[in-house]
Amino acid sequence: MKRKGYSLLFAAVLVWTVVLSGCSGGSEAGNESGSEKMIQFMHLWPAGSSKHHNMIVKDIIEQFESKHPGVHVEVEVLENEQYKNKMKILSSSNQLPDVGFTWAAGYLNPFVEGKLFAPLDDVLDDGLKDEFVSGTTEAYEVDGQTYGLPLELNIAPIYYNKKIFKENNLEVPETYKEFKNVVKTLESEGVTPIALGNKDRWTGSLWYMYLADRLGGPKMLNKAIDRSGSFEDSAFVSAADEIQKLVKANAFNKGFNGLSNDEAKSQFLNEKAAMYLMGTWELPNFTTNEEIPQEFRDNVGYFKFPTVEGGKSDINSWVGGPGVGLFVAQNSKVKDESKEFAEFFVEKWGDQAVTKAGVIPATKVDTGEVELPQLYIDILDDLNQSSNLTLFADVQMSSSVAETHLNLIQSLFGNEVQPKDFAKRHEEALQKE
Amino acid sequence: MNHILSNKKVILLYIAPALFLILALVYVPIVLTGYYGLMKWTGFGGMKFVGLENYSRLIQDSLFWQSAYHSFLLALFSVLSLIGYLLVSLILAGKIKGANLIRKIYLIPMLLASVIIAQLWMKIYHPSNGLLNHILIKLGIENPPSWLADPEWVLFAIIVPVIWQYAGFYILIYYAALKNIPQELEEVAKIDGATPFQIATRIKVPLIMNVIKVTIVLAVVGSLKYFDLIYVMTGGGPNGASEVMASYMYNKAFNEFDFGYGSTVGFFLLIICLIVTYLIRKLTVVRPNDNN
Repeated sequence: MKRKGYSLLFAAVLVWTVVLSGCSGGSEAGNESGSEKMIQFMHLWPAGSSKHHNMIVKDIIEQFESKHPGVHVEVEVLENEQYKNKMKILSSSNQLPDVGFTWAAGYLNPFVEGKLFAPLDDVLDDGLKDEFVSGTTEAYEVDGQTYGLPLELNIAPIYYNKKIFKENNLEVPETYKEFKNVVKTLESEGVTPIALGNKDRWTGSLWYMYLADRLGGPKMLNKAIDRSGSFEDSAFVSAADEIQKLVKANAFNKGFNGLSNDEAKSQFLNEKAAMYLMGTWELPNFTTNEEIPQEFRDNVGYFKFPTVEGGKSDINSWVGGPGVGLFVAQNSKVKDESKEFAEFFVEKWGDQAVTKAGVIPATKVDTGEVELPQLYIDILDDLNQSSNLTLFADVQMSSSVAETHLNLIQSLFGNEVQPKDFAKRHEEALQKE
Repeated sequence: MNHILSNKKVILLYIAPALFLILALVYVPIVLTGYYGLMKWTGFGGMKFVGLENYSRLIQDSLFWQSAYHSFLLALFSVLSLIGYLLVSLILAGKIKGANLIRKIYLIPMLLASVIIAQLWMKIYHPSNGLLNHILIKLGIENPPSWLADPEWVLFAIIVPVIWQYAGFYILIYYAALKNIPQELEEVAKIDGATPFQIATRIKVPLIMNVIKVTIVLAVVGSLKYFDLIYVMTGGGPNGASEVMASYMYNKAFNEFDFGYGSTVGFFLLIICLIVTYLIRKLTVVRPNDNN
């Protein structure tokens, strides 16, 4: 009897140990072991889905560690959406990693307001600023201070399948009228003209942004968002109207509102759709990615979003912007090392990004000096000629307006909102800010 | 043994770990959520006390009531599906061949993670390559709906996998309860000339009424706070057509950085669940006379 009692006691002690050790496990990780300093670094390029990016990051970290003995970089990798979720959760408990990825403008603002990111102007003034393409670091500015070092620069062309175009005797459209003819021809031939995954919503926003740009001119959207203009401008309404006309003409794949961007992309990759409007981050898939058949990659071309007759914008105005950038946490215990790491990262990244991972970096690239697939050279040259770069709408807007915008985009494509109401509800959301 | 277990200190020692965990992970966060719900807070930085402002906003928020309507619709269908589960269990508990195997087949969906179920059904519902639309087109329906993209269909398209997911769970509960009924009662009824239908409705169902009540509460409360399949399959879209209270709360707090309002929605959801549970218990009270 008594012995049984002891063994029960013993079991209880065991349970307690497990509970207590579970509680203390978290706090040990943050400590510095001995004299070694640890920089926690979080990024969103897992080896599985972004192999080349991941390799460059590893390489940069190795270089950095060998140059800075006694500093260790601890890496955590998450996939895009998970990364965003984790950032939100970590920031609400004020436990951001020392260095991590952020997006520009609207995404950045709440972090800056919450004083979670450190200003990086001292790093930029060190001569680093001249290395960036103009207009890229500005997207990370809040009240005159820069809080992120951009790594990517993306623009969104319309990719098309040359084979499908040839089979249907189609030319690359330069005006919107020609573009609508292309859509009509493809549709009547039973080919899905455009692949669109609008469950993600920002994908549809790209189409809307281009139409608004081509109709109402390059600065209209920026002005509406910074409140020096209005979203009830007639060009916003007619752009919305054009979207619904495209939908009615069956320009997009069936059920686009329920499909993710990846699902839509696979339709384009499998030659089930002729066109796909997406950022230049997809270029590797159309040039160097060995996992995609060579035959398909050779068939991909791109064209600029066509101009609209009577519109106020030229064909060299792009929708795009810097993608991810690096931030340094304000309450980092190893802030100096972290800043040094961020600077080192940006410089090394610029050297390798476009040649190895096919990412157009926010730092300047000399096309004469690097060996690249033709599609890249063309895009980089077009980028040099660009007349305007409009930052992605959902990035420009604050998160609650962006949410309204994205939901309205889905309803617009789904034909559930009238173009007039679409513009009006944007205006209301922006006014409330 | 009994001596040790009746010692107050020992009792405390044994319940303390679980008590500590449940307090830290459930009850303290509930209190905190109630507290945050009275604040204007973006999730980081300072909080500003705004009193009941968030609640008055909630009352006027048509998007919230739309998602609440969807939640209640889901609850309604879940409760209706219980009738089906009960029927299946009644059949399985009878002496039919292969009941054991069939019961296991029903249980399998329960073993799958929600995310996997969501992925599976997303493939089924795929507008052009999906299994469902393939069948519909074969059957001669020319323009089948694009389920998850269609605001009129999306909610029902999600309710189906939710019901499918939990079938095994409820069938298992009913089955176990039915097996507990003494065999003699059924035999006596048979001798008295009762039909199988009468045995089911007059003897078996009344005897497991308490279990049925519990499952109703489980189904309703589970539906009201339902989140996972909806988050993975549609994220509440297209444009809120499949939004339920829990996904609305998530979107407010984590996508719009409105933690104050998100907490208000969460706390309100808790209150609704408590009220509904209370009402169900009141409405389904079995008077002592009926019990035997």
